[in-house]
Amino acid sequence: MQLARVIGNVVATQKDSNLSGLKLLILEPLTPERQPAGRCLVAVDSVGAGVGEEVFFVRGREASLPFLPAKVPTDANVVGITDHWSVDRSARGIIFAPET
Amino acid sequence: MILAKIVGTVIATRKDERLVGSKLLIAQPIDPYGNAHGHHLVAIDTVDAGFGETVLIVSGSSARMAADLKNRPVDAAVVGIVDAIDVVEPSRAIKDS
Repeated sequence: MQLARVIGNVVATQKDSNLSGLKLLILEPLTPERQPAGRCLVAVDSVGAGVGEEVFFVRGREASLPFLPAKVPTDANVVGITDHWSVDRSARGIIFAPET
Repeated sequence: MILAKIVGTVIATRKDERLVGSKLLIAQPIDPYGNAHGHHLVAIDTVDAGFGETVLIVSGSSARMAADLKNRPVDAAVVGIVDAIDVVEPSRAIKDS
């Protein structure tokens, strides 16, 4: 799963029938420091997220599992809205650094 | 899912028998602002998309969840035709540049 910010919506009338009724959100993946982390993507929403919120999303085949038994063709799904997160700054970049 | 623009079609006479009858499209991935982003890809069409249209493409094994694609050797499927893209919050990558 990955952190992201919801930056917009997508409207599509003609789509796979299993996608109808689902909200499509444009996500910008984020690093824990809230910097952009890769290309924007479109995800379905299963938690009621909206524009401006910070969320986490799941990629791959697992993205469609929350909708079972419906077979929703999606490879990205917003599965949580973050309240806040914290990263120990002393841990950043040190754990894997070679000893000198 | 990614946004993409349909820029062409692929004709293939000799192909896996489970691909017979499916339309193959060449898509150029785009960012939410319509700029080309990344390499072209070939996707199976499930929604009657056509040249020049902006579409939603699902990739990986989820592509086989799209209509009638079960057990077919497919890793990208067009599952929606985009009417509107509404970017409310500007991308931070663009805001910073």
